Amino acid sequence: MQGLGINILFKGINFQRLLGGLWVTLRLALITIGLSCVFGFLFSLLTLSKNRWAKAVSRLWLEIVRFMPQLVLLYIVYFGFARLFGWDVDGETSAVIVFTFWGTAEMGDLIRGSLTSIPRHQTESAAALGLTQGQIYLHVLIPQTLRRLTPQAINLCTRIIKTTALVKMINVTEVLKVGQQIIGQFYRQPDAAFWVYFVIFLLYFLVCWPISALSRMLEKRWA
Amino acid sequence: MDWSFILAHIPDYLGGAWVTLGFGLCGVLCSLALGLLCCLARYFRVPVLRQAAACYIELARNTPLLVQLFFLYAGLPRVGVLFSAEACAVIGLTFLGGAYMAEAFRSGLEAVEPSQAEAGACIGLTPAQNIRYVIFPQALATAVPAIFANVIFLIKETSVFSVLALMDLMNVADTLRTSGGRTVEVLFMLVAAYLLILLPISVLATVVERRLRYAGFGDQHSV
Amino acid sequence: MTDAILRVQDIRKSFDGNGVLQGVSLDIREGEVVVIVGPSGCGKSTLLRCINGLEAIDSGEIWLRDEKISGQTKNLHLVRQKIGMVFQSYDLFPHMKVMDNLLLGPTKALNRPRQEAEAEALEMLDRVGLKEKAYVFPRTLSGGQKQRVALVRAMLMKPEILLLDEITAALDPEMVSEVLNVVIDLANSGMTMAIVTHEMRFAEAVADRVVFIEDGLIVEEAPPEVFFHAPSTERAQRFLQSFTYTSRRRP
Repeated sequence: MQGLGINILFKGINFQRLLGGLWVTLRLALITIGLSCVFGFLFSLLTLSKNRWAKAVSRLWLEIVRFMPQLVLLYIVYFGFARLFGWDVDGETSAVIVFTFWGTAEMGDLIRGSLTSIPRHQTESAAALGLTQGQIYLHVLIPQTLRRLTPQAINLCTRIIKTTALVKMINVTEVLKVGQQIIGQFYRQPDAAFWVYFVIFLLYFLVCWPISALSRMLEKRWA
Repeated sequence: MDWSFILAHIPDYLGGAWVTLGFGLCGVLCSLALGLLCCLARYFRVPVLRQAAACYIELARNTPLLVQLFFLYAGLPRVGVLFSAEACAVIGLTFLGGAYMAEAFRSGLEAVEPSQAEAGACIGLTPAQNIRYVIFPQALATAVPAIFANVIFLIKETSVFSVLALMDLMNVADTLRTSGGRTVEVLFMLVAAYLLILLPISVLATVVERRLRYAGFGDQHSV
Repeated sequence: MTDAILRVQDIRKSFDGNGVLQGVSLDIREGEVVVIVGPSGCGKSTLLRCINGLEAIDSGEIWLRDEKISGQTKNLHLVRQKIGMVFQSYDLFPHMKVMDNLLLGPTKALNRPRQEAEAEALEMLDRVGLKEKAYVFPRTLSGGQKQRVALVRAMLMKPEILLLDEITAALDPEMVSEVLNVVIDLANSGMTMAIVTHEMRFAEAVADRVVFIEDGLIVEEAPPEVFFHAPSTERAQRFLQSFTYTSRRRP
């Protein structure tokens, strides 16, 4: 039976099961991305605020997500919250909390970076033309900010998708877990594991690569 | 917080820290070497190698380390390619990190003015001498922040090595948590351990970046 | 002409179907200073870049003494050791001190002993008035000083010919003369040079021969006193007129 392991993927609904497992993490990633965009905007206001405390909080927040492995944060929420606050959080909720906490800081920092990268004389020359503050934002600052922000934000999306794979470590049944189940059923097929993990690898690539390519294309076009 | 528990288990965490740091730095060094090779293959447009490097970089950057490790550790042995857990850790981290380092070097090279290469050529340097004395030192200086960011990123990524059954920080914490149930203390020490590893690296990064900024790099066209 | 050190024969070069050089031939004798002038985009900089192989030519030949240097790719660095070139943007290596900038070529490309080269470099820096700047980083220098260092860096390779591509174009006006005086010194010491410039008065002062290029072709070649005062072609006349201003009419 050597070399035929790939066939098990086409037996029954195995392939659909893998896709279902992938969807578990993708759905988590989509929720995280949506929340991170909203909260990231608020986070950028925090970093740009003139209030010292607001600045300090955002700074600390950013340092925490920069220094702590996401897996550690997942453990803290998944295992620690129950002990600390008596709050029993299930795996998927923990994932959304942690990845949004992380994504918010990263997205907020990207927004801050894009906003502050626009040269001051852009505002000044727009003001010199007699535009109002609102018009300056609408016609000059926001379009330029979006051009800088979009490629990086899309790139962050692929990072979020890749990172959601970590939910495997807190017992969420996602694509790797489904893969293990399939391999378990076909333990008589020695190379099943090779093909299953190879296909999972490819699936992730097929999801992330087009997004990365889009990000790069936009970056090149808008540079 | 049970301080006696914490004190009693410091040696466990020290052991875990050495595993995390050891494999992390080993992977970082190999990543730098692989990244440099890929970057040079693309810079000198070496046929075949250049395309291979481009494909590899896309594959590694668009898949999660966790999935790469499963393929290496559980998939490949089924078709006769067997690595030890330790080898898998280094290979996996290098596979991921090489691509990120290659991109860091590439952005550094792109930041060097093309006229610098022409000026080097005009005083009769061979292409290899030109890279070594003129272009690469400048590229490296630009790439240093990205390289350090990658180092921190890679060390954080080692947190999934517990799937290889290596006793890294994460695995030490997980073992203590399941056996003793002192979740809060266990997680507290985990956070402290990662901070103690990553903070000095971050400080080093800041120092190196600052020294490079003062090391006589002037604006090309300032008069 | 037998004593030509550099012979450019009917070279053509186009970028994306745009003929920048459309058959240019030019001989330069030993010790001669040829100044190339012409409107922007006429191909004069491209001509210099082709001569030392920064751009590959589409057809024609370039000879340096008895050696055909066009079409070479493998030993281009050996050819370039004999042809010095200085650009508008100075292009000093920002990560090296002035002295290391100067010695990189002599020690690495020519394998000369460092001490000997360093003594020579100091002497030449002294000649251009920059001896005290030998061990500082380029960013601390003014544009004029950077450009003088760049000239010394090229000269230390002891090139057979020196190509200068608009070396004063990026300089503030008051720094132009300090650089051009160095070039005139070099001319007096017998250096063979091909110079692209927009400084017409400098061109007149330094040139043995002026070559006027327009639309990728040599339109006129003449000694400076003829070219600047009695150009024979109508196109050269029009070009020279563009450097004078009509004064504003007052009622």
